[in-house]
Amino acid sequence: MTVTRREALGLAVGGVAALTTLRFAAPAFAAGNAIEDAIMEFTGGSTPGDGDITIVAPEIAENGNTVPIEVSAPGAASIMLLATGNPSPGVATFHFSALSGAQEAKTRIRLAKTQDIIAVAKMPDGSAITTKRSVKVTIGGCGG
Amino acid sequence: MAKVKPRVKVPKTASVNEVVTIKTLISHPMESGQRKDSKTGEAIPRKIINKFAASFNGEPVFMANMEPSVSANPYIEFQMRVPETGVVRFEWTDDDGSVYDLEKTITAA
Repeated sequence: MTVTRREALGLAVGGVAALTTLRFAAPAFAAGNAIEDAIMEFTGGSTPGDGDITIVAPEIAENGNTVPIEVSAPGAASIMLLATGNPSPGVATFHFSALSGAQEAKTRIRLAKTQDIIAVAKMPDGSAITTKRSVKVTIGGCGG
Repeated sequence: MAKVKPRVKVPKTASVNEVVTIKTLISHPMESGQRKDSKTGEAIPRKIINKFAASFNGEPVFMANMEPSVSANPYIEFQMRVPETGVVRFEWTDDDGSVYDLEKTITAA
């Protein structure tokens, strides 16, 4: 089959149009203020500072459906994990007690795309500390 | 629906006040509510385990609230101090209200 110049032009325009539609049809991902709201609700209004809190996660996750993640914050009462690029930012909140041997937890999470993971720890005295870590995702994991 | 089967890995014995690692896994699809049925195009309703709790002789040890961003077959690992011989109880709460539970005994020497 020979492709005429007219047909080629038509195809190109059609392709661009399709791409644009796709981009606008993509689900609205969580906006920045939803994340701030979630943090404020968790800490009870205090802005978290720096502190002894760490996230262990792979730098590059091939499969966003199950990304191993570990979070620890010695002395914390609870830790909240947020995935900034997911359709809803909340991931999990861990609560510790006097019987917890260490204030750390490991789990596996879904990541829709390359994004920052935020961990916020609430200390027993009411203060809060936070950290974040970027994870590159090759195949997103939020189905569609 | 596939049968939900919880599994945990707990040491059988520990010395008093030893900190042990507890690993838990439960088979569950964790349907996020974001996916669509490929045939009908309708959204598949959300159905996840939203809460996990572990207690030792009735005392709370560890609790987790989970959102749809937790992977299918949620795996949780945490640390526990063993003050005495006792029973660790694990409970997973589903969106539909059902609770899956499991108990393990740790002997403290």
